[in-house]
Amino acid sequence: MNFEFGEDQNLIRDQARGFLNDNCPPEVVRRVLDGDELYAEDLWKKIAEMGWTATVIPEEYGGLGLSYLELVVIAEELGRACAPVPFSSSVYLATEALLAAGSQQQKETWLPKLAAGECIGTLAYAEGAGQTCAAGLAVSVTDGKISGSKVVVADAQIADMMIVVASSAGGDGASMYLVAMDQSGVSCEAVKTIDPSRNHANVTFDGATAQLLGNEGEGWAGLERILDRAAVMIAWEQLGGSDACLEMAINYAMGRYAFGRSIASYQAIKHKLADMYVKNTLARSNAYYGAWALNSDADELPLAAATARVGSTQAFYYASKENIQTHGGMGFTWEFDCQFYYRRSKVLAVVIGSEGQWQEKLIQATDQTNAA
Amino acid sequence: MDFEDTAEESAFREEARTWLEANAPTEKELSGMDYMARGKFWQKRKADAGWACIRWPQEFGGRGANPIQQVILAQEEAKVESPETGMFGIGQGMAAPTMMSYASSEDQQRYLPRLASGEDVWCQLFSEPAGGSDLAALRTKAERDGDDWIVNGQKIWTSGAHYSDYGILVVRTDPNVPKHKGLSYFFLDMKSPGIEIKPIKQISGESNFNEVYFTDVRIPDSQRLGEVGQGWKVALTTLMNERASIGAGGGGTRFSTVKRLAQSVNINGKPAIEDNHVRAKLANWYVQESGLKFTSYRTLSALSRGDIPGPENSIGKLVGAVKSQDMASFAIDLLEQQGIVRDSVQDEAFAALFQDTYMSIPGLRIAGGTDEIMANIIAERVLGLPQEPRMDKGIPFTEVPTGSG
Ligand SMILES: Cc1cc2nc3c(=O)[nH]c(=O)nc-3n(C[C@H](O)[C@H](O)[C@H](O)COP(=O)(O)OP(=O)(O)OC[C@H]3O[C@@H](n4cnc5c(N)ncnc54)[C@H](O)[C@@H]3O)c2cc1C
Repeated sequence: MNFEFGEDQNLIRDQARGFLNDNCPPEVVRRVLDGDELYAEDLWKKIAEMGWTATVIPEEYGGLGLSYLELVVIAEELGRACAPVPFSSSVYLATEALLAAGSQQQKETWLPKLAAGECIGTLAYAEGAGQTCAAGLAVSVTDGKISGSKVVVADAQIADMMIVVASSAGGDGASMYLVAMDQSGVSCEAVKTIDPSRNHANVTFDGATAQLLGNEGEGWAGLERILDRAAVMIAWEQLGGSDACLEMAINYAMGRYAFGRSIASYQAIKHKLADMYVKNTLARSNAYYGAWALNSDADELPLAAATARVGSTQAFYYASKENIQTHGGMGFTWEFDCQFYYRRSKVLAVVIGSEGQWQEKLIQATDQTNAA
Repeated sequence: MDFEDTAEESAFREEARTWLEANAPTEKELSGMDYMARGKFWQKRKADAGWACIRWPQEFGGRGANPIQQVILAQEEAKVESPETGMFGIGQGMAAPTMMSYASSEDQQRYLPRLASGEDVWCQLFSEPAGGSDLAALRTKAERDGDDWIVNGQKIWTSGAHYSDYGILVVRTDPNVPKHKGLSYFFLDMKSPGIEIKPIKQISGESNFNEVYFTDVRIPDSQRLGEVGQGWKVALTTLMNERASIGAGGGGTRFSTVKRLAQSVNINGKPAIEDNHVRAKLANWYVQESGLKFTSYRTLSALSRGDIPGPENSIGKLVGAVKSQDMASFAIDLLEQQGIVRDSVQDEAFAALFQDTYMSIPGLRIAGGTDEIMANIIAERVLGLPQEPRMDKGIPFTEVPTGSG
């Protein structure tokens, strides 16, 4: 047993942090938040040049063939920087879907482009308010043509391809399809969200060509497996954000005086920051377990993933709101950066299903795992 | 104790309801008006019929009603569709009680009726960059010049300064005495030469508060409230009333709306409201809301006996703001991916209520005294626990550590 990252991963972490300090300072997040850009394209290109999008893709498909331990380290740094790029959609979701369920030909067509960052992918399953289930899916495919609508799909307007979960008459009620975005019969309508530093859109399909990904009628189980894997990587992003909030709060509290004392000297603030630290630390330890389970394809991945997901979601919500609170009035201004994390924490909290769903998955997973 | 209306109270309720139902403005009457014009229109109509600021004496535009009647009116008004009148909150809820205690009777006659009728809007020029929680650390200074005072400095977070006619202002008139002793309190015309107002954008995207700069602004000494050097004491009157008037906040994000949402979305193919986890959460929020409501009623009963609002009022904002934040966050979770959409036009069911609350509620946990300051007030003033060691007591203001070297 060894509960630490190795030298390689530590090196990657240092590199990633240095790279993002230089290339994704808060001004970049703010530029996308305030402006009309759908994402920071310049940053995305550089990220691709760094090879991050290729991390876990096997060499035969143009990837680096590294492990998930390297990828989660990068995820954490992207979360810390609150990077306005489609990394989670393209790498944790679309790439994972292809790796898990793609045919040889599909992998050969798409993975090299995803690895090079030339192509951006995303995944869509939600169709409206509330929890999406296989049973209610309205998007369907007949004779290779897809129709229906998906809602609030992350990075839909910048994606070149989308993995779409559609209904199926047999099996578990769903099948996954691969849809190229650049064709007639696909249209996107941007939606305004609480986090304008990321792109989200509703997508309507009207007879566009869709290719089956994986087996017919195994789409829902396939989706669950992809979400478990993504949950670990997103947990690391959330952790990066949570730690960034803690650091901001400490720095501000140390320098801010009230009643002749640094506000950091008041126990109300100390305990708040200590609570953040405790939540972040427990979440981090659970995320280690998740990373191990992901990397080793352990049987207990569903439990490890749900544990990491719930912990990191709660930690990020707490850290992002209490960071604002620690900043007083300043924290509530557009000018300060606290808002980035408060927005992002909520987006990450629902992108692959809310805390409640993962709590449910967690309990179900404990029924199946003797580890618990 | 009796939770039912007395005969007198129910007659009053009936009278209020009848008037409100007959007079709440229709969309047609309000068409073409902006937020401010709508508020003013409704306030004026209420004032003309004697339904504005009903607890104030008749000579100031009220009808000398008791606190219970005020609650009854508020309850009934909440049931009819009527324009927001929040822009009058600072003037009516904070400036007016202070004016009633400290202004000359001439100024009371002159300003209070215009406050009741919504003709004038007031703002609160208290907080400064270096004086928020520690309000008495404020630095804006006023120097005597004949019958006037000349004010220089900067205020921050002044809600509504950009649309206000008048403001209440605390300034430092003597930096060489301990900080609470060197303050004085004024009211002033916001159109006075030398005032510059710059909007501050909030994380919610709106700009409701401002920086206000003072450059040689003249204020007549006759607009001083309280003695020179007694500004802190006067400010406390204002702040006590602030806590009483800010209330629990959260706007429409409350038990009833979150329950309605839970009835309309599914978890695992069934309405979320059937999920025990959801029910338990809703029940807890109901208990909090109910506790806050009845606590405020108990306070009102005390007020009707003539007590002034005390530090117990800090509970309302402390509990209410955090509750609203958690409810908004939970509502977004219930909506799942759709929850992050913040578009009041597209959201037919809730007009982006929960998303707007999520983005604006962090401000309420800070405005009018932060959560931490509210808890300190409860601990120190209600429970009588000892204060933390103070570095700023008994020494001249100029010698208090500020962290800036
Ligand atoms: C939406 C909004 C509207 C406002 N409107 C007005 C207005 O109209 N007029 C006006 O004058 N002001 C207004 N304010 C200002 C408000 O009163 C101050 O922001 C507030 O009092 C906090 O001061 P600060 O921002 O300087 O934070 P700070 O005082 O710097 O507080 C920073 C952090 O330190 C904590 N802290 C400070 N002292 C202590 C202590 N002793 N013990 C424990 N913790 C402590 C605080 O709780 C907070 O978490 C408004 C603020 C907001 C957010």
